[in-house]
Amino acid sequence: MNTLTKSLDDFRELMRRDQVFDIVNRPADTTTVDTTHGIVLYLEGITKSFDGFKALDDLTLYIHDGELRCIIGPNGAGKTTLMDVITGKTRPDTGSAWFGSRIDLLRLKEHEVAQRGIGRKFQKPTVYENHTVFENLELAMHTDRGLLKSIGWRLTGEQLDRVHEVLELIGLTSRRDTQAGLLSHGQKQWLEIGSLLMQNPRLLLVDEPVAGLSGQETEATAELLTGLAGKHSVVVVEHDMDFVRSIAREVTVLHQGSVLAEGTMDKVQNDPKVREVYLGEEE
Amino acid sequence: MQPQFALSRVGRLHSKTAWTILAVLSVLALVVVPVLYWVVPPDSPFHMPGWMVTLAGRFLCLALVALALDLIWGYTGILSLGHGVFFAMGGYVMGAHLTRIAYADGGLPNFLQWLDYSDWPWYWAGFDSFLFTLVMIGLVPGVLAFIFGFLAFRSRVRGVYFAIITQALTFGGMHLFFRTETGFGGDTGLTDFDSLLGFELGTPGFRLGLFLASAVVLILAYLLCRWIVTSKLGRVLTAIRDAESRLRFTGYDPLRYKLFVWVVSAVLCGIAGALYVPQTGVINPSEMAPPASIEMAIWVALGGRGTLVGAIMGAGIVNVVKTWATSAYPDLWLFILGGIFIGVTLFLPKGVAGLMRRRKGGEA
Amino acid sequence: MWNGTRLRTWTLPCALLVLLCGADAAADTAVEQAEERAEALGGDPEGAIEEELAVVEERDLASDTVEILNRLATDDLGTIQDAIGEIAVLRDADALPTLLALQDRRLYYTEGGTLIIEDARDRSLREAATGEVREDLKTAELSQPRLTNPIRRLLRPTIGALQIFSDDQVARRAAANELAQRPQPEMREAIVEALEGETNAEIERLLNIALAQLDLDSDDDARRLEAVKTVATVRAGRLRSDLAALTRRDADGEYIEPVAEIRAAAAEGVRAIDNRRRLARIASDFVFGMSMGSVLLLAAMGLAIIFGLMGVINMAHGELLMVGAYTTFMTQALFALWLPQHFNYYLVAAVPLAFLVTGAVGIAMERGVIRFLYDRPLETLLATWGISLILIQSVRWLFGAQNVGVASPTWFSGSVQIMQGVTLSTSRVGVIAFAIFVVALVWILMNRTRLGLEVRAVMQNRDMAAALGVPARRVDMWTFGVGAGVAGLGGVALSQIVNVGPEMGQNYIVDSFMVVVLGGVGNLLGPVFSALGIGVTTKFLEPATGAVLATILVFAAIILFIQWRPQGIFAPKGRSADD
Repeated sequence: MNTLTKSLDDFRELMRRDQVFDIVNRPADTTTVDTTHGIVLYLEGITKSFDGFKALDDLTLYIHDGELRCIIGPNGAGKTTLMDVITGKTRPDTGSAWFGSRIDLLRLKEHEVAQRGIGRKFQKPTVYENHTVFENLELAMHTDRGLLKSIGWRLTGEQLDRVHEVLELIGLTSRRDTQAGLLSHGQKQWLEIGSLLMQNPRLLLVDEPVAGLSGQETEATAELLTGLAGKHSVVVVEHDMDFVRSIAREVTVLHQGSVLAEGTMDKVQNDPKVREVYLGEEE
Repeated sequence: MQPQFALSRVGRLHSKTAWTILAVLSVLALVVVPVLYWVVPPDSPFHMPGWMVTLAGRFLCLALVALALDLIWGYTGILSLGHGVFFAMGGYVMGAHLTRIAYADGGLPNFLQWLDYSDWPWYWAGFDSFLFTLVMIGLVPGVLAFIFGFLAFRSRVRGVYFAIITQALTFGGMHLFFRTETGFGGDTGLTDFDSLLGFELGTPGFRLGLFLASAVVLILAYLLCRWIVTSKLGRVLTAIRDAESRLRFTGYDPLRYKLFVWVVSAVLCGIAGALYVPQTGVINPSEMAPPASIEMAIWVALGGRGTLVGAIMGAGIVNVVKTWATSAYPDLWLFILGGIFIGVTLFLPKGVAGLMRRRKGGEA
Repeated sequence: MWNGTRLRTWTLPCALLVLLCGADAAADTAVEQAEERAEALGGDPEGAIEEELAVVEERDLASDTVEILNRLATDDLGTIQDAIGEIAVLRDADALPTLLALQDRRLYYTEGGTLIIEDARDRSLREAATGEVREDLKTAELSQPRLTNPIRRLLRPTIGALQIFSDDQVARRAAANELAQRPQPEMREAIVEALEGETNAEIERLLNIALAQLDLDSDDDARRLEAVKTVATVRAGRLRSDLAALTRRDADGEYIEPVAEIRAAAAEGVRAIDNRRRLARIASDFVFGMSMGSVLLLAAMGLAIIFGLMGVINMAHGELLMVGAYTTFMTQALFALWLPQHFNYYLVAAVPLAFLVTGAVGIAMERGVIRFLYDRPLETLLATWGISLILIQSVRWLFGAQNVGVASPTWFSGSVQIMQGVTLSTSRVGVIAFAIFVVALVWILMNRTRLGLEVRAVMQNRDMAAALGVPARRVDMWTFGVGAGVAGLGGVALSQIVNVGPEMGQNYIVDSFMVVVLGGVGNLLGPVFSALGIGVTTKFLEPATGAVLATILVFAAIILFIQWRPQGIFAPKGRSADD
């Protein structure tokens, strides 16, 4: 068994994407996501500590293309830090993070990560409060983010249609010209999800999308997220177990910065380790 | 209002009413003032005295400063307490030109002779040319702002920290120019001016010419700022102010946007300084004293942040009151100014423009 | 000079002593350079000693000395010269006052040939032999011995020689110092003789310097070599050029010094002196930097609480310093009025008063304005600036626009020699000690009191603290008050070293913010390091760049430093710090 693990490790080392021969590497195309292996996000051996506290401890996680994955875990399990690492806000001490098989996330800044197609929704809904709903969506639209382009920029008819489509989807058509700061909490959550959709990302990271929402709103959100899977890969971090149960196909449990268990909701719920650290307290 | 007009670029810049008001104000400045000053005889009660033209010209320059500051603070949320340094850079460039003209027949100003120069030192080269001066008016503050802004924004210095280091910037600039060895006249600065573009200082043509130049520049600068804030660029700037990290995770690089608007603001401020100096006849390091830069911020705050018109009004109100109070009640002026600072922040967070908007909203 | 009893007025005398002793230890190795700077600061202590010596005490002189001295009561040059020569042989130190009086034209004689000395201090007339005061005489009625340049030349070494054999150590030291400054060839033997009996190390050193200077010109190779070696070891930087001269060649390419061994020793000596100079320069830059850093720290400490802990941008901080300084001024005025006999202790009373007055002003600011603006930092900046303008103008109204005079207590004037060549005025040393006191006070307040505990709780997690029953709003008020009070303490210190005027605070606002920003907010150790760091860096830059450019360079360096560590020297770490 030990030898097997060892040789597997050696093999992995040999196959490290950043260290293969140059001829094997296709010329630097680091803008498009290559998911020919079916995996959209590779996180391997990621460790990050703050003042000696290990927020992430040798974490390894793969997200498949088009998958809807829920990540649960008690407070301090490293969920937010994980999101920070993926989006370039925090640099891990060790480990690697690849988007598709060609984009090294650890070399990119936040805005570059976003441009490559990773969208992120914050725990606290953040929208541009002084912009209208329409302008919020317009700013998020997947287009050139260059400075000069922005001076003379105007919406094309197609883009206008897309904005209206998303407005419809998030149910804010009637509030199109309302300042975002005047929206209710739930509407802000949805506007932020709508902004994510405008970005047209390959991978969505959604942090607690139903915190503070009513039952009805929660249901609608669940419907929206499950509808997105397939076209996009979606990673949801959530505390609300009912919500997770209602949408989850695959669940990852984080504990003390590393993966404790992975699998379907049923399998995870019956895992004795998980029951001990997390669900035991919950039920 | 026809929909085509509202959708055209000009229409998005301003509503028809606003365009009309702007046109009226422009005519007032560009036609009525020259007529009152130049055509109406001096003994007529409608005659506008020369000092008033120059005073108005100076106010227009300060309004331009307020405009520049509003662009960076009101719209982008970056408070600069160091715009005095850009204003002074523009002023010193113009002052250098005026000094070169004054000594065109040979000789050197005293402060250079004391430094044992027999000819103009290298950093004074070129300022005898008006064209070169024009270029430098934009280039000097622009380059300084670019270097400083790049360093500060790259390391994500924000909010109050940014305000404090801009204050250190202008403070350092002031000390640098206070040194006689810096070669720009030390604490007296540059004052020996006698003409600009052939107009002698203080003559009616000179006064009117500078006033008109200030007015035209202010109108153009206003339109430029308006164009910026109504474009998508403007919306990105406001987004930086309201939720910078959100914007970053949406794929924008705030550094470039901030740097752009920061440099534009600095250049506008430099132009204002260049127009201001010939109207006061002096440029010295006190323009870079931190209090002067903080005072600029209160113009914008009083008028109303995030409204260009507000900034211009704020500069006007504070400076008119200042001109009146410092001569009528010199002891009270600091109380008044201090009171404005406190009153505006406590009771008028949206400034005069916000007050007017609220009143209008209440009536409608 | 420093006096031990005065130390007790400081709360932390031991800390100061440690500091001074540390500096003194450094002084033993590092030395003389920085003489120019020391002179500018210190003044000339030797002059005072001369004056002391010239005092005529009531004492009886040995009879043969009196006999010789009495011969000075004449007009005849030859007689005077002979008399001086004989006194030189006698080596009776008691003849000194008379000779000094002759030198200073204070020596008179009556018609009867009695020598009279005019006292240098109170102009009273005394008999040279007995010291008896003669109120019946007037200088206008007396004659004076002739004093010509040849006599002066003769007098000087004689006085010097008498002094170096004096039993009084102070007198010996003064004489040795005079000789080290202006050695006279005719004194050589006296010096050698004095050296044999001398026990005091410093006097021995001075005599050695004098001797070496004389011997450098000697024809005797052995003496020259000995002199070169002495110069290299006795800490006499002044003689460096003499040594350097020995290693050069003349116009014909010949060495000025023919003996190779001496040349080598001279070169070695020059190196040794240069090394010592470098060390001394570093040491003095360091001491002056610490002094400047302490001033910065005192100015910034209040801000470290108000801005660093509370996050309030208090642009009126400089005016709080000013209020503290004016409180000191008022205390001084009240002491002069009511307790003139205890005037010297007004500063001790000013410390708590300034804390209370400035703290009260701070609390008024917090209650009146700042508490409405806690969630709007940039607005706080503008509002506090408005407050600062109003404070400035109020002080102008109350006290006038001119600077007011704050007299330092007498025990605060004078200077302390920290090491040879580095003299610091007592007020500066006091400021260093006071800075230590204030840091300790703030540390105790924050870490050992209930208020400090609550402050830290509110700063870390406001909602949690409030939920646990900490009255967050009231804690804000008291924190601001304490911060303002500490700023007032800074004002007390500033009043002793800079002019006190309505605008004095404006000079410190940028510096103070730089200190706190560089140090990193949220802790008290950061400002200590950044203030001392800025002070020392500035002083090290100053000799090369000048004061203004040094300040500008330090600002530039801070801005670059923030590039590297945006959170300051002591960055709060962790996830919460990211935003």
